[in-house]
Amino acid sequence: MKLAHMDARLRWGIGLLAILVIGAAIAPGLGALLGAASPTNIGDVLATRLVRPFGVDATGTRHLLGTDAFGRDVLARLWLGARISIGVGVIGSFLAGILGIALGMLAAWRGGLTDRAVLALSDALLAIPRLVLLLVIATLWGPGLTTVVVVLALTGWMSVARLVRADVLGVRALPYVEAAQAIGVPSYGLLLRHVLPNALGSARVAITLGIGNAMLLESGLSFLGLGVQPPTPSWGNMISGGRDWLITAPWIALSPGVALIVTVVACTLIGDALTAKGDARGVSQLRGVER
Amino acid sequence: MLLWLVTSLTFVLVHLAPGDAASLLVSPTATAAEVAERRTELGLDGSLATQYGRWITSVLRGNLGESLALSRPVVAVVADALPLSLALGGISLALSFLLGVPIGAWQSARAGQRSDTVATIFTTTIYAAPSFWLALALIALATTGAASLNAPAWLRLPSFGVRDPAALSTGLDVWRDIARHSVLPLMVLAIPGAAGVARYTRQTMIEARRAHHVATAAGRGVPGGRISRRYILRNAWPPLIVLLGLMLPGIVAGSVFVEQVFAWPGLGRAMMTAIASRDYPVVLALTMVYAATVIGANLLADLALLRVDPRRATA
Repeated sequence: MKLAHMDARLRWGIGLLAILVIGAAIAPGLGALLGAASPTNIGDVLATRLVRPFGVDATGTRHLLGTDAFGRDVLARLWLGARISIGVGVIGSFLAGILGIALGMLAAWRGGLTDRAVLALSDALLAIPRLVLLLVIATLWGPGLTTVVVVLALTGWMSVARLVRADVLGVRALPYVEAAQAIGVPSYGLLLRHVLPNALGSARVAITLGIGNAMLLESGLSFLGLGVQPPTPSWGNMISGGRDWLITAPWIALSPGVALIVTVVACTLIGDALTAKGDARGVSQLRGVER
Repeated sequence: MLLWLVTSLTFVLVHLAPGDAASLLVSPTATAAEVAERRTELGLDGSLATQYGRWITSVLRGNLGESLALSRPVVAVVADALPLSLALGGISLALSFLLGVPIGAWQSARAGQRSDTVATIFTTTIYAAPSFWLALALIALATTGAASLNAPAWLRLPSFGVRDPAALSTGLDVWRDIARHSVLPLMVLAIPGAAGVARYTRQTMIEARRAHHVATAAGRGVPGGRISRRYILRNAWPPLIVLLGLMLPGIVAGSVFVEQVFAWPGLGRAMMTAIASRDYPVVLALTMVYAATVIGANLLADLALLRVDPRRATA
């Protein structure tokens, strides 16, 4: 697709996301090359702590977004946190998507008892708010990066599974599938080669939108102390860490929030554009509830 | 049936996890025998199946048991928190729709124009903000922000709890105190809620506007306002009702972060506390309340859909 022909929302969304991902990939390394202090190390706290944005600390270093209570550069931590936050969001959403595609496909293809079991399980999990589910699992199994990703996958597959199931059922009824069956394409080949590629439209949109959602949930868990643990910076635990300094140094808590908003907006824009382009009508109805 | 599945799932989930209430309640120097004794006292001994049997029979008799950590009946714990969550969630949900639907409708009439684009940027951004971060930003505004700008005292809103312990506690003053405390949490819940509803309404109404009967009506010379109300909004109601049905359970569940930040002692906070202290009976009771609300809301939405869209009755 040519850039000029793309939906403006898609262009902006992909552009923003690309800047963030590339920045997260190279910025920490670049900082180290230029001789900046490591964003997780705590140096001379008294000389460098709570510097205002654009301010210069006692050692003469300029900090574009200021420093936190331990004298660590907020901007450097933001870029390092981006790796964790975006990574968790993307991996969590993709794992949930894969799980959902597999289960939805299985339910539609096998039918009968399998179908009913998958539907019942997804109904039951949808009847518990995702946040509560996340909290229960994260608290009980001990907080940490792996727990967050696993939990996001385990609690996020239901909507994708339903969309894929509906799409597979729809595509399966089309004449070309019957034709393929008639010329002797084996069952699994039929499913994987002929049905599935045409049944992924809504799932793709749901996964894209799920990235933003997963990032918000990760930040929420980290904010409550149940997600990524310090000193590893994630945007959620940076907000949590800045909470105590909200009055004297608001930039510590506010800047990771802004970064989070920009990223989630980028995902939403891409999702919106894909929805408008394709036939993923069911997706919009599944949104707007997980808060 | 669904309710049973949900609670049984939660039961297994909660009991499979390492650690239990007994080991948290005894003193750190307790011996293994003392922990075991405490466990028997609380009914946490025996296999998973025995415990499940014990719990489900008592629930079927209408007894939700006693909180392990608080030594109070579970019903009392839920009853204390429920009205606070319902008030906060109910009012903010109402505000979300009262603000969101008109904004979305207004945007849909100007789809593609500059004012619509600006409004979309606003709603998308607000909708993307995590609620706890929005809460912190508002607290900063209402405290230091208000103080540094020399704002009048009534603008310096309290950011913590439901009531001021030092405030007057007679008649109208109690309610005024509660109202002041609820302004910030309500804003944090209602503003992103309204943004989400506006985004959804805009999309729905743009789709409804594409219908042929709308073009026909415009061709016949029906005035614009009448087209919006009678021809477009009517077809936009069913999806909006579905959205309401999906958001309704949020009244009970959706505000864990907000309740946590503002120390609002509702169901979300009760859930957090119960999970942290491995208070199984309370966790299970709260899950039942949540699940029942979700099921009830779906049912209500289905019934409401039948009323606004008679075509569904025959389908």
